[in-house]
Amino acid sequence: MFELLMLGSIVMLVLTILACLYRVWKGPSMPDRIQALDTIGITLVAGVAIFSVLNRTHAFLEVILIIGILSFIGTIAFARSLERGVVIERKRVE
Amino acid sequence: MKRANDLLLKAVIKVAVLIILTFSINLFFSGHHHPGGGFIGGLGVSAALILLFLTYDIETVTENLPFDFKIMGAIGVLIAVGTGMGSFLFNAPFLSQTYGYFHLPVFGETELATALLFDLGVALAVIGSSVTIILSISEDE
Repeated sequence: MFELLMLGSIVMLVLTILACLYRVWKGPSMPDRIQALDTIGITLVAGVAIFSVLNRTHAFLEVILIIGILSFIGTIAFARSLERGVVIERKRVE
Repeated sequence: MKRANDLLLKAVIKVAVLIILTFSINLFFSGHHHPGGGFIGGLGVSAALILLFLTYDIETVTENLPFDFKIMGAIGVLIAVGTGMGSFLFNAPFLSQTYGYFHLPVFGETELATALLFDLGVALAVIGSSVTIILSISEDE
């Protein structure tokens, strides 16, 4: 029963990733695509967590932190490139 | 163009960079028995540096961290190859490793391995090359 529930939630997460991929492909504006990519990252974190509960191991918990950090950096870089047009500024502007 | 005030981003990044650096040092030292190692530790450090470059700008960060990242990558490759060549001095094949137990003042009984030196070289090479790549593809025309 427990394994069935876990496998069912993994299937739900795959459906969520597919819905987000549709939004990335179709999304009318750029912020929609960025939001969908961020949601894919969060869903991947949830998937890894459910996978490690299913296998009763804690070897994958570092993967969760790394995915979180990389998704955070990606979202900030996309948002900067939308707002300013430049990702990394060269000179200090006061 | 009027400069946007990103106070929230700067306040969050100051805490997040500290957490990311601590986590990557943990990953670097846990690489001997657990998942982790020099490559992913170096990637964590370069992720923290890239967050700093995103939030502030190249001028501010290179004033406070006066490293040349190209030279850092070269030193890392030199350390990694040097630990590989060092095994020739003990009549052992290339890249062979050893470990021993030592009594250190603070940590007590500690296992020290020569693979840690090789990992240090890999980490420095990864930091140098990834930060150099990011800085050179972000340059203007």
